[in-house]
Amino acid sequence: MDDRKPIVIVKDLNYRYDRDWVLKNIQLTVNKGDFLAIVGPNGSGKSTLLKLILGLLKIQQGEILLFGEPLERFRHWEKVGFVSQKANAFNKAFPATVFEVVRSGLTKRNGLFKPYPKTTVKKVIEALKAVQMEEFLYRNIGELSGGQQQRVFIARALIGDPELLILDEPTVGIDTKRVSAFYELMQKLNREKGITLIIVTHDTGIISKKVSHVACLNKHLYFHGNSSEFEQFDQKELSSFYGHEVKILTHDHQEGGME
Amino acid sequence: MIESLMKYEFLQNAFITGLLIGLIAPILGVFIVVRKQALIADALSHITLGGIAFSLLLGKFWSSFSTLNPVYGGMVFSVTGSLLIEKLRSVYKHYEELAIPIIMSFGIGLSVIFISMADGFTTDLFGYLFGSVSAVSRVDLLIVLGISMMVIVTIFFLYKGLFLLSFDEEHGRTMGLPSKTINFIFIVTVALVIAISMRIVGILLVSSLMTLPVASSIRIAKSFKQMIFLSVLFGEIAVIGGLISAYYLDLAPGGTIVVIAAFILLLVILYKNVQYKFQSGR
Repeated sequence: MDDRKPIVIVKDLNYRYDRDWVLKNIQLTVNKGDFLAIVGPNGSGKSTLLKLILGLLKIQQGEILLFGEPLERFRHWEKVGFVSQKANAFNKAFPATVFEVVRSGLTKRNGLFKPYPKTTVKKVIEALKAVQMEEFLYRNIGELSGGQQQRVFIARALIGDPELLILDEPTVGIDTKRVSAFYELMQKLNREKGITLIIVTHDTGIISKKVSHVACLNKHLYFHGNSSEFEQFDQKELSSFYGHEVKILTHDHQEGGME
Repeated sequence: MIESLMKYEFLQNAFITGLLIGLIAPILGVFIVVRKQALIADALSHITLGGIAFSLLLGKFWSSFSTLNPVYGGMVFSVTGSLLIEKLRSVYKHYEELAIPIIMSFGIGLSVIFISMADGFTTDLFGYLFGSVSAVSRVDLLIVLGISMMVIVTIFFLYKGLFLLSFDEEHGRTMGLPSKTINFIFIVTVALVIAISMRIVGILLVSSLMTLPVASSIRIAKSFKQMIFLSVLFGEIAVIGGLISAYYLDLAPGGTIVVIAAFILLLVILYKNVQYKFQSGR
């Protein structure tokens, strides 16, 4: 039973920018080992919810518990890995190697003010191996393709051995052929390393085959359940939730997207 | 030159100060440039000028202030300016870059008022504007030495945090990095270095010693560490070459240092163009 302990609990959460509510009465629990996909149209509050969970925005109403602790008191950020939506929008001319970028994931690990320990190189290589990018160790980050950069940022999040990994629209800018490979990598991390995953995505056509749970958010939480329950959520209901007609496009090998 | 260097204390002061500035200004410059804040150095140098002019004005009218080193006045104004920039950035969240022209024009405005009140342009002020080989005193050298050691220690301890905040500030904050504190320490450090660099490079040219060597290194560096190394190398070449030529040609060292730094940049750009043409077979 202990294995299913809650990692994230969101209670009665409301949030607004100026006068516009972007999140209303959100209740959500993510248990250890879950692979949760949060889907919803643009402006539905998905990224805001992630920012609130990550402590990047201040809670206005409601409560968030991380690893059982209220967010305001939570200090063990090394347990949380994050791959931002903006990760691919970094300054491409920044002259950093893949090694330097991945290593920066350990910035706070042995103390912010202490130099990196000697074991760092080994840890960087291990993290890069997990995303099949070890041969790019000393390449400049700006020279890599969007998909390769995304893997480097995942390695940066993995190097700190997080128990919870949060990814904000990680497949944006990655070609469709690579999307399936990306989800397989996530499944591997989820199953083999036992990492709890929360992913914000538009890949509605593929997620039910890849994740364990789905949450549909459009200011309110319309649906939260396991992926087989989500499959029952028919096209009509999905269209009504998105506010416009939605067609699930399923490609070969269950790759999918949304129109 | 070496004989003169051994003989004259003012030359020793100028060279050691130059070597220290050539080390720390490009190191800070690397972080300034990658954070796209290159103009901050300009804004702070102009507010520092206000501090220098204010110190000279005090010294002119009150004899008890005449012995006060204007570097201190420059440091106070520069650090205050850096704090104002941080404050203005939080006020104009969506127009953060506005803080720079505001502080820059405020600095020039103050300087003009103080210079006018001191009854015009003085020889002293010329040295502060464009640098001087002969004006660096032993006290100046000791101040520069103290600040340089402080900067090196600060960068050593903050390197990991500064790298992460420069590359991906949001990610740094999700890791629980004290980004505001690190940014605050960094900008105060920049302000101090600008204030102490003025004796050698001059207020109007100090920002170029923070940006030109970095502009050269960023074109050819393969890693962040290499960029720091190359920036320091180019900075030192510019300072040493600039001081030697200023001494022999009786010129203001600020000008010669910056012209050499610009020449290095030109060579790097040419090298990159030749390399690109060679690689693409054109």
